[in-house]
Amino acid sequence: MPQMNMVQAINDALRLEMRRDSRVVILGEDVGKVGGVFRVTAGLFDEFGDDRVIDTPLSEGGIIGAAIGMALYGLVPVPEIQFSDFIFPAYDQIVSELAKYRYRSGGEYPAKIVIRTPVGGGIRGGHYHSQSPESLFIHVAGLKVVCPSNPADAKGLLLASIRDPDPVLFFEPKRIYRAAKGEVDEGDYTVPIGKAAIARDGKDVTVIAWGAMLYECLEAANQAAEQGVDVEVLDLRTLWPLDIEAIVASVKKTGRVVVVHEAPKTCGLGGEIVALINEKAFLHLEAPPARVTGFDTPFPYTLENEYLPLAHRILPTLLETARY
Amino acid sequence: MRPAIDTSAYGIHASSTASERPAPSAARNPHDTEAPDVVKVLREGDTLDPTTDPRVAPADVLRLYTAMVRLRLIDERLTALQRQGRVGFHIGSLGEEASILGSAFAMRDKDWIFPCYRELGAALLRGMPLQRYLDHMFGNENDPAKGRQMPDHYSWKAGHIASVSSPIGTQITQAVGFAWGAKIKRDELAVLAYFGDGATSSNEFHNGLNFAGVFKAPVVFLCRNNGWAISVPTERQTGSATFAEKGIAYGIPSVRVDGNDILAVIKVTQDAVARAARGEGPTLIEALTYRMSGHSTSDDPRAYRPEAGLEAWKELDPIARLRRHLAPQKLWTEATDAAIEAELEAELKAAIAVAEATRAPSLDSMFDDVFATPPWHLVEQREALKKGPRPKGH
Repeated sequence: MPQMNMVQAINDALRLEMRRDSRVVILGEDVGKVGGVFRVTAGLFDEFGDDRVIDTPLSEGGIIGAAIGMALYGLVPVPEIQFSDFIFPAYDQIVSELAKYRYRSGGEYPAKIVIRTPVGGGIRGGHYHSQSPESLFIHVAGLKVVCPSNPADAKGLLLASIRDPDPVLFFEPKRIYRAAKGEVDEGDYTVPIGKAAIARDGKDVTVIAWGAMLYECLEAANQAAEQGVDVEVLDLRTLWPLDIEAIVASVKKTGRVVVVHEAPKTCGLGGEIVALINEKAFLHLEAPPARVTGFDTPFPYTLENEYLPLAHRILPTLLETARY
Repeated sequence: MRPAIDTSAYGIHASSTASERPAPSAARNPHDTEAPDVVKVLREGDTLDPTTDPRVAPADVLRLYTAMVRLRLIDERLTALQRQGRVGFHIGSLGEEASILGSAFAMRDKDWIFPCYRELGAALLRGMPLQRYLDHMFGNENDPAKGRQMPDHYSWKAGHIASVSSPIGTQITQAVGFAWGAKIKRDELAVLAYFGDGATSSNEFHNGLNFAGVFKAPVVFLCRNNGWAISVPTERQTGSATFAEKGIAYGIPSVRVDGNDILAVIKVTQDAVARAARGEGPTLIEALTYRMSGHSTSDDPRAYRPEAGLEAWKELDPIARLRRHLAPQKLWTEATDAAIEAELEAELKAAIAVAEATRAPSLDSMFDDVFATPPWHLVEQREALKKGPRPKGH
């Protein structure tokens, strides 16, 4: 199997699905001739033409509103929002329209699109190129939210997202766009939505993460192992609806849990995960569930490595939780 | 470069100088419909302007007259039902019947309509069953929206009517995407997007017109300039002299029409559909009309506008105007309205009785259609709700 990075794997998924399904169209800012600012759509314009790989005017609300209309017509649009920090002009279309169409029309009008958007910090992009807004989309009913951590999952989850009957927000952790590499099957395969993966098997403490922070958790787990703490790392992969069975199974095994995410702590997905664990596995807990997250500040430029929950901040919490 | 616009038929305002243009508030003045760029067909003295007459068959004119009268009576009945506490809400179209029914009539069967929330008449003209509508208004078990939307937020896919939502303007970009999708698939059709004057201030109006202008999407943008966005008058929506001229900035041919002249509305909408069918893209129509009632049953316009302002518009009532045209041709007599009313009354009475007697949607249905298949968390919440206590009356 060929080695690919995340960008190549996502590009491969898009190309495969566009060849397979003529309803799939890509639209967004700079996605056409230049292939996207991260080159994720590189080469697709040349292969599929500007009817299917469309450079649009610079308006996120217009992109998503139009994509919803295309979906109602029967196309399967995969719009790109250039940075998830720029998604908010389209927020109303996503949460009040896209997420509600099937429900509000009694099932008459399912509106299926997949919104791809780079997410997270670590590229020295400052506040407007670094945020992690996933919980803002999970809190509103009707959206599935996915965030892969490696090229093989990225391809399989994107293919599953495009074929899923529901609208999906597909967050691509841009910090590892090129850093995460691995073998990727050239063929057609899917990774199921709603299923987590155990990235590292362990028995003492569970750490739950996704996207770029998974690697920080693995690094912290290796350092913890040197101190005799055996960490299980759960890669959530689908943020909503999340794999509650995998979470509960792991917590029942270890009795201790730490959730790591880049987004601010307050009302972040970590809070919801901890609440669910309290509801479903309280009597199995040996220690208070902990969170290592971004801070409740805007995302800083110069101090981004202080803001992000990197391995050096994860490790002490893992050890404290394991030894509680 | 100014976009290519055929101004010959309309004497369009784009060429007029600033000093010649009407003041922004003039759109609320009924005499503004006398401006030279405003397309009209029905003339005083009951004659038709032969240069703009769309030559609608007499049977169709009578059908449209009937539809206008029925729509007004349905509005009256729904308002009464709301006042009696039997339905929760109604948003009517008193005075705007011609702009709604004329434009809907001009669309071909294969075309689609993206309504705002005041275009019930368009859905009914396309054949949406009265029972379906009333089931929705009562939010009962047979409501196609399954009681999930407040009244007057219907959809009807079989009739090519999209789904109504409350936030202003959202349907505009969706209509553009829908039409653009058809263009990508090489399917020839047009999409009618309705909105009011207030919506021209929304993001989506500008996004939608911009995208449609760039991609030449086959959309007919129909702005019902009815003078008011709830309590806010047109001069608080725009500093522009007209709403139509906003289309010019996006490269979209734009026209003002007497919105209370159903034949004129048909004429400009048919022209717009023909342009779309020729692959020439979108058209913006500003229909000058007037919201004779409150915004909805939740609104009392006496709080913000004088009743006296209605008198001039009553003289331009779209139903009365068409009636004055039909009567000399013996297409209308006193008996016509009585017959329409009697027939509708029987239909309404039966449909209301059925809708009101139909039970509420099942508890389970609240959790359906959030996703194609309910995930674990919704299954859990549904089962917990069903096991728990019920509110009074359920």
